[in-house]
Amino acid sequence: MEQTKEILVGKTLEELEEIVKERGWPKYTARQLAEWIYQKNVSAFDEMTNLPKKIREVLKSDFEAGLTGHLKVSISTDGTKKYLYPYGPLKLIETAYIPEETRNTLCVSSQIGCKMGCLFCMTGKQGFQGNLTAGQIVNQVLSLPERNHLTNIVYMGMGEPFDNLKEVMKSVEIFTSPWGLGMSPKRITVSTIGVVPAMKEFVEHSNAHLAISLHTPFEDERRKLMPIENVYSLQQLIDTLHEYDFGRQRRVSFEYIMFKGYNDQKRHVNQITKLLHGLRARINLIRFHPIPGTPLEGSDDHTIEWFRDELIKKGIKTTIRASRGQDIEAACGLLSTKEMVQSSDPDY
Amino acid sequence: MAASIMFLMSFGAGKRQENNSYPASVTVKNFELMIPENEQVVLHKKKVIGNRKIAPGVYYLSFEKTGAFKAGQTVAVGVVPGVEPRLYSIASGEQENEMSILYIVVPGGFLTPRLAELVEGDEIFASSAFGTFYGSEEPACWIASGTGIAPYYSMYLSGLARNKTLIHGGRTLDSFYFKDLFKPFFGDNYIRCCTREKGDGVYEGRLTHYLKAIESLPTEYKYYLCGSSEMVVEARDILINKGIAFDNIFAEIYF
Repeated sequence: MEQTKEILVGKTLEELEEIVKERGWPKYTARQLAEWIYQKNVSAFDEMTNLPKKIREVLKSDFEAGLTGHLKVSISTDGTKKYLYPYGPLKLIETAYIPEETRNTLCVSSQIGCKMGCLFCMTGKQGFQGNLTAGQIVNQVLSLPERNHLTNIVYMGMGEPFDNLKEVMKSVEIFTSPWGLGMSPKRITVSTIGVVPAMKEFVEHSNAHLAISLHTPFEDERRKLMPIENVYSLQQLIDTLHEYDFGRQRRVSFEYIMFKGYNDQKRHVNQITKLLHGLRARINLIRFHPIPGTPLEGSDDHTIEWFRDELIKKGIKTTIRASRGQDIEAACGLLSTKEMVQSSDPDY
Repeated sequence: MAASIMFLMSFGAGKRQENNSYPASVTVKNFELMIPENEQVVLHKKKVIGNRKIAPGVYYLSFEKTGAFKAGQTVAVGVVPGVEPRLYSIASGEQENEMSILYIVVPGGFLTPRLAELVEGDEIFASSAFGTFYGSEEPACWIASGTGIAPYYSMYLSGLARNKTLIHGGRTLDSFYFKDLFKPFFGDNYIRCCTREKGDGVYEGRLTHYLKAIESLPTEYKYYLCGSSEMVVEARDILINKGIAFDNIFAEIYF
């Protein structure tokens, strides 16, 4: 039986150095490997020409780079592309590439499915099939056909990044380190629904931007949209953010999907203002993209614009996010591989 | 229910789910991930009062109370300070002098095999209670899968079970924990749904199939859901489809 080879994509420099040390190779070999894989996008060991042949032979025997190409791509009329990546039998994830005039953003997934069960999200409807490894997260960038045009990465695809913190942190390290992809942390945003302890850890050990799924400033309303509110309250989340300095080198933003008659009224503007007082933050208003069976409706454009203007009057920087890729179900909250993944034996 | 906490040590686990693949602590980029210093995750040393096996692989662990709590709240539990605390729903009554949790031993996991070895007098580490999945006096339907029954047991012990219907889903007949208390109390309002075994008075199939088969549900009731996210999401969709307003549905998920 063929032995499984160890995957190198997703290893930090420290982990590569450990591999190199175990084999008695020069320490700089680790950095060379990182440069070939992450910077030169080379996965064939024979092409890593600055490595001695003996080392290349061992690498071929014991390791593989571990890059996985996409299985399928869907292309929207607005230019957005949705890639489907296979990570094991019946474990598939989606990644959305969003080209714009001034930047090109990749929306990466951190889990197969999601456990968080938000009422408005399609990913949550497929349940949870597993965490992605750092390598599987990084692969979404390395295997992207448009990789050379990519300017920004957002962790807003499938899954809750802070429910898979270790692997997400490793992937951010690989994206931002000089030995990795060398991206500025200002080009990376990690989004969370508010898993507070993990968020705190992230803020303390990463310089990437943070985005919070807010969706209503009232805890009672939020609890009905997002079960996480029953565990980590909005007030606790905001109190935690106040412990850190945002607004200069790093940014915190709040994502706010607009639901007709539920979270789009004057009282919401007032409460948001109160809640975010003293916090340098911006709000991104997002049009709701309905999912099957949802009891929620999206606010109309007029209301969204009014809401934005009211928040701006209160001194809160507010933008309306353009909907992209809706025709290929790549827009916010629509990513799902439910029809393609195998459900585990349910306990209910 | 139990959610596994995400205190940086137990990446990705949630109440009750235990991830076997992670070491007890993890070093990333030259820093040791530590439990953040915030109120919810400050762990107090407490003595074990009892640790009873109530079904194959399932235990009811009781320990000294870390403070007052409301039925339905959550507690973080660990066996070594700073390592692998996880969130569990409290499964004891508000007036009792102890806190209890219900857990399933995950073979190869870090925490639960160690919990299973605890005996009276041993020490564990537990947080103060937190969370807002509270019970109430209002008429309600309590829906649970597996150990998601824990918060309802706490509510039952706290005197909040009047005017309630309890629907519990499980794989086998021995997964209907506390049935000896629930059966006489709830009578016909105690529904057990079993996916793998048949039993007297037990609905054969998934609880979501049971919910689908019900012709009509009282719309004025509150509906509480606790268990795996798959169950919660599927049951919530069914309830909404049957005319229950989503703001009458309260969900607690394992994560």
